[in-house]
Amino acid sequence: MCTRRSERLSTRSTTRPTAPWTSGELVRRQAAQEIGTIIYSLGCFPSQKDLHDFIAKVEEDHTGYIHLDKFLPAMTKVLQEHKFPPISEDLLLQAFEALDKEKKDYLDPEELTKYMTQEGEPFTQEEMEEMLTALADHRNQIHYKDVVSQMTIKPDK
Amino acid sequence: MGCGVLSVTVLFSNPAIRAALLIQRWYRQYVARLEMRRRCTWNIFQSIEYAGEQDQIKLYNFFDFLMHHFTPASSESKTRRLPTHWERYFCYESIEVPDSYTGPRLTFPMTFCGVSKVVQAFKHKQQLHARYVLQLLRETWRLLRILTNISHVSTCHTKEITICGDLHGHLEDLLLIFYKNGLPSSEKPYVFNGDFVDRGKNSLEILLILFGFLLVYPNDVHLNRGNHEDHIVNLRYGFTKEVLGKYRVHGKKILNLLQKIFSWLPLATVIDHKVLIVHGGISATTDLNAIARVDRHKYVSALRPPKPTHYAADGCKTQAMGSNHREASGPAEGRRRKKKDLSGCIFGRCEIWSMLMQYVYYIIYTSPLSSVLTMTDSSTQIVDVLWSDPMPQNGCIPNEVRGGGCYWGPDVTEEVLGRHNLQLLIRSHECKQDGYEFCHNRRVLTIFSASNYYEMGSNRGAYIRMGPDLVPHFIQYQASQACRELTLRQSVGWTERSALRALREQLFVHKSDLISAFQEFDPNNTGKISLSHWASATESVLKLGLPWRVLRPQLVSSTQYGMVDYQMWIRELSITEPKLQISDTSILETMYKNHSNLETIFRVIDTDHSGSISFEEFRQTWRLLCSHLKTEISDEAIADLAHSIDFNKDGSIDINEFMEAFRLVDLSAHA
Repeated sequence: MCTRRSERLSTRSTTRPTAPWTSGELVRRQAAQEIGTIIYSLGCFPSQKDLHDFIAKVEEDHTGYIHLDKFLPAMTKVLQEHKFPPISEDLLLQAFEALDKEKKDYLDPEELTKYMTQEGEPFTQEEMEEMLTALADHRNQIHYKDVVSQMTIKPDK
Repeated sequence: MGCGVLSVTVLFSNPAIRAALLIQRWYRQYVARLEMRRRCTWNIFQSIEYAGEQDQIKLYNFFDFLMHHFTPASSESKTRRLPTHWERYFCYESIEVPDSYTGPRLTFPMTFCGVSKVVQAFKHKQQLHARYVLQLLRETWRLLRILTNISHVSTCHTKEITICGDLHGHLEDLLLIFYKNGLPSSEKPYVFNGDFVDRGKNSLEILLILFGFLLVYPNDVHLNRGNHEDHIVNLRYGFTKEVLGKYRVHGKKILNLLQKIFSWLPLATVIDHKVLIVHGGISATTDLNAIARVDRHKYVSALRPPKPTHYAADGCKTQAMGSNHREASGPAEGRRRKKKDLSGCIFGRCEIWSMLMQYVYYIIYTSPLSSVLTMTDSSTQIVDVLWSDPMPQNGCIPNEVRGGGCYWGPDVTEEVLGRHNLQLLIRSHECKQDGYEFCHNRRVLTIFSASNYYEMGSNRGAYIRMGPDLVPHFIQYQASQACRELTLRQSVGWTERSALRALREQLFVHKSDLISAFQEFDPNNTGKISLSHWASATESVLKLGLPWRVLRPQLVSSTQYGMVDYQMWIRELSITEPKLQISDTSILETMYKNHSNLETIFRVIDTDHSGSISFEEFRQTWRLLCSHLKTEISDEAIADLAHSIDFNKDGSIDINEFMEAFRLVDLSAHA
């Protein structure tokens, strides 16, 4: 069991008691998911393979733990080198258009499911269901032009 | 989630596959961003919730003093009362039920038919007549008194046992559980693991239903006490208000009876000598044999351990106060509780009312006795079991976030379970996103049954089914059709807006302190500070342990070159319509900051539960609180305030009107 480190992720005064372990340790239950969440929220867009490679570099000798003092320099490098740049709206639109073989300006759930679960870095069933709930409208069609403009998160100024 | 097995040439030659990869990458990023926002939102709610609990426990000396002088319970402890006195006091026979009453009419002893009628009535939003409420409660009290501290259950004779966590007044969740799982019966035993009341608006209905089933199936329905089954906690978190609101004439009788009933609730349940169920958890010193031996009904409130029988040596009129001070005891883990520093109180310069004088005596004469008036071992055992939380690291430390109990680690779990030959600890006390969560190598299981606890869509509730194999099976749910159909984005958005509103309210009430903190980073008075200074200053004032940099885009509308215009930001946080017009706005801010504490204190002072207090009581209270907070306040300012609050000018202050005056009407919101 790793000992608690004194580094903290945020500057925090300690006069009001707060839970004592919310600091430098990042405990890996499902490393890909947790680290992925962090990297994604920093505005990066790695692929699953990118994530696995990154984790392999920072993981603490197969213990399943990742320490801040290894994660920070690696993550800083990623940010400075713009290693996993964001996907622009145009590029995303083109991607949807590439899947829309019949050029009907929308995708059917079946079409999207086929690609998402069988090609590339396939989605799990859970991920697919969530995506369909989020993207399909009341006609059960995915009008990707609307979706893309609504859901692209603008970078922080 | 593995990598696609593709050769590079295929990758570049097939646009559809490239497109799929791109879309997957984009979508996963999107979901992760939402997840991060959800966790921040969770953080916000939880830290504000726990800070509130901590606040109340921190003021326990103050409350203890108030309790001693104001509540009927304090006089009870001075004299021995036989059960018959209580029975006479709570007689319901004189209460007539009019013909016009359309709710259920109960006969006793309670039957399955009777309690079903009650469930149906509550489903249809009817109210049970006070006479039946009192009767039901009295029967419950008589039954609870003969139960042992620890309920022992075996699964041998029955198929499966159902275990539910916190309900917190969420009647729709209890009804949903009964719908999905069936009503309690000899074939369907249930354990309810505490925190039935507070926060939700149907706490009393839940209690009546649970007590009803307990009366009908005393061997198959088991109730554990939670930290909210405590009349002092109820003053703050809504249950007292709910009862007084629903039963204007008999409310206080009902509350007094409930105070007794809560103290008689069993503390733990053990299944097949293998699974321990308690509301909060354990500590390194938890000893079930000791718990089995305590006089549990003496521990009416965690915020007020039972008073020892000796008196102050100096012969001071005030009875020896039950001190909450604690010495380092026993085990080498050295669990120490810091002694409260009472010496820093500032008192009113002018007239010293008798009450203040007694407070002075209290401070002078009881502090040196603190070594004698220690919290007993039994108090510790009970508070630990009702208030503790698990932590990832080994060890056992005081739970200073909640203010009571401890944080215990996996090593403590192993030791305590091992010592008692148990295999699993089931507890509640903490809200969980999915309704349940394992920790400590699956030896500790948290179960939480109030869905949408923080806000619509914030979390699912769950309950456990367990058979003779003692393997828990989970059933999750979320009350309200609307929630289930929300997409992840919508439910995160909804909850987030609510959390941010709560957070902005906290920021607003700390306006002055925030400006002072910002100015420390701005010696040249430019009106701007860097983002990192903004974050550290805000944390130093609010002390909620939140990720301010991550939340910044939601809280501060614009920054330029990485700098925050803090004066403008503070202005943007203003209330638009204060209901109260008084000359001294700094009092206003102090009141806002402390309005939860104030409400609690008011309810304590309002001993006859009439809903209003006199000017004099209000002024005394306010003075006391200010001295405790080390804030100077002039008599004139207090009088001014009191008069402004007396909306109907009848010389007394209606508590609800007062709280309404301080409800923040509107905060200018960002996006």
